[in-house]
Amino acid sequence: MITRRTVTICLAATAGATVLPRRNAVSQSGPIRIGFLTVASGALAAGGRQLDEGIKLFLKERNNTIAGRPVEIIFADTAGQPANTRTKTQELVERNKVHVILGPLAAFEALAINDYIQQNETPIVSDSAAAEDLTQRKLNPWFIRVVPTSAQTTHPTAHYAATVLKHRRIATIADDFAFGHEHTAGFQRVFEDNGGKIVQKLWPPLNVADYGSYIAQIKRDVDAIYAGFAGANGLRFLKQYGEYGLAGRLPVYGQMTTVDEGILKNMDNYALGVISGGWYSAAIDTPTNKKFVESVRRDYNADPGYYTTGAYLGGMAVEAAAKAVNGNVEDKKAFMAALRKTNIADTPAGPLKIDEYGNPIFNVYIRKVERKDGRLVNSVIHTYPNVSQFWSYDPKAFLANPVYSRDFPPAKNLE
Amino acid sequence: MSLAFWLVQTLNALALGGLLFLLSAGFSLIFGLMRIANLTHGAYFMLGAYVGLSVLDASWGFFAAVLLGSLAIAVFGAAVQRFILARLGDRVLAQVLVTLGLSFIIADLCLMLWTGDPMQLAAPAVLSRPIEFYGYVFPGYRVFVVAVSLLVAVLLWFLIERTRLGAMVRAAVDDMEMARGMGIRAPRLFTIVFCLGCALAGMGGVLGGPILSVYPGLDAEMLPLALVVVILGGIGSLLGAFIGSFVTGFIYTFGQALLPDFAYVILFLPMIIILMFRPEGLFGEKSG
Repeated sequence: MITRRTVTICLAATAGATVLPRRNAVSQSGPIRIGFLTVASGALAAGGRQLDEGIKLFLKERNNTIAGRPVEIIFADTAGQPANTRTKTQELVERNKVHVILGPLAAFEALAINDYIQQNETPIVSDSAAAEDLTQRKLNPWFIRVVPTSAQTTHPTAHYAATVLKHRRIATIADDFAFGHEHTAGFQRVFEDNGGKIVQKLWPPLNVADYGSYIAQIKRDVDAIYAGFAGANGLRFLKQYGEYGLAGRLPVYGQMTTVDEGILKNMDNYALGVISGGWYSAAIDTPTNKKFVESVRRDYNADPGYYTTGAYLGGMAVEAAAKAVNGNVEDKKAFMAALRKTNIADTPAGPLKIDEYGNPIFNVYIRKVERKDGRLVNSVIHTYPNVSQFWSYDPKAFLANPVYSRDFPPAKNLE
Repeated sequence: MSLAFWLVQTLNALALGGLLFLLSAGFSLIFGLMRIANLTHGAYFMLGAYVGLSVLDASWGFFAAVLLGSLAIAVFGAAVQRFILARLGDRVLAQVLVTLGLSFIIADLCLMLWTGDPMQLAAPAVLSRPIEFYGYVFPGYRVFVVAVSLLVAVLLWFLIERTRLGAMVRAAVDDMEMARGMGIRAPRLFTIVFCLGCALAGMGGVLGGPILSVYPGLDAEMLPLALVVVILGGIGSLLGAFIGSFVTGFIYTFGQALLPDFAYVILFLPMIIILMFRPEGLFGEKSG
């Protein structure tokens, strides 16, 4: 598999080098150049395609013009490889002279370019990477994101589980990588702070062939389980959960990505009833979102999910900031300052405000998978307004703790 | 640990072993006969699953999906063997590179044709119901997979041990020079065996789809498992592939459940230990 990755990197690098157009002239009247880091090959390609769809729809709706200037967007395929992401970012900054970068898809990619972005002072708006520390303990003045931290949506989910549905004992099962560790830790912390107990934690490897051996281990005397998966794994896990006759019997809480609209369309009845906290749902009942969902369905024949909406919101943040500096995105400091002050009252996901750490304050929607008009949707059953990455905790105290991980906060109630 | 845990895990191990057998029986035969480490095998598995998915989408039913999935990969594999691999002769490095390259091409092709969205391959409702048995719940489809893989194993055993074709294959695996001297037409034999191996991989893909789902990267997850099975069981031995598959299924399933901290290395530790004491694998012939 090592060989495979290496070869993919080389191939992707050569391909990208020949495809990207050369741009030298920098002039104020020319287009606003946006570098768009995406993934077009490999296992993350489905997410990458949805990112592309989000930004393409955004630009189409604006006739390819924001703040009175035409937009030139340069797509760069990172193949989901950190080393490659760095090369691509360098190309975007140094060769294409982009004014702002949107992306990248994965948190480990964002971490790989964090230093470089900081040195080169290029504004970056992340439309997908959720790693906690990017807006907590590893602050970068040139970085903001329009999607929340890993645990920002699981804090409220846990609160809902403990205080509304009054579940007391929960077993967690989640992808064994940083994103999985972080959102599970956030769920555990709030759930236990509200009187619940996490009695079992299972960590299947990201590329486990078969979830059967893990499902058989889940304690049957718990009130519910928390299933935190990303990419294809949500579908794979929930399908097998149904196969074991557990769907509908033992309630499931999920991370937003476990039942993301991008994979929900390929699921079946076994997903019914899964409750997840999300900063977005295609079922949000506002005129802005209805129009957005209609457009995505019309253009791409699918409901928007995490990635499509993330890229679309990234576009909105860039637009708002470009307008605030009257289109003069060449003034990097002013442009970045405007990005950091993003405050949009009405996006498809509801209000979007960037906090002083560069992270969005969002409504978190508690969603339940239901079947409506023949398709599965994440119906909104409760809304937590204006949720910050620190939940109800004091930011200083929060930041004094270590970052969420597999071992923090420690699980004291395992049986 | 309750009895239910052991029973269900045993079934899991058997089902995974059955899938691995379908995947690696062909891999092992091809390796044994042609000395080709067919690194495209994982991709054939995935491609089979995708073909099966399209057949299901056309509502031709699950059994048509299994049949056409196997058939499509058999034809594809035969073409690859005839027009590409056969020309490379004994050049091992060239073979490895070609089969690896092909697996990338197939993976990208699947990405283009079936998008990158993870898909579920639905088994017929009759098979996918959970089975309740004395209060224990078993996933019905896995029982079916175990049954099918055992049936395939018996048929393969018959083919290899009891037919003229099988005798030719065994002779060629044991001593290619001598087999040629006896008038066995090696090129035709190669194509037949390659075709058969690919058909089995395709079949495994369709049958595995309802358990594993179908998504980009499935190929890269299955290939190392096939390698482990073949190295454990010994190259070119059907019995080796059979035992190796189920041993791997059991180690993988129980290892992850009982030693969760070793989830990543659980498969490779036993492999290394066996290789230390029996480098030819459990059932492989010592070769010079």
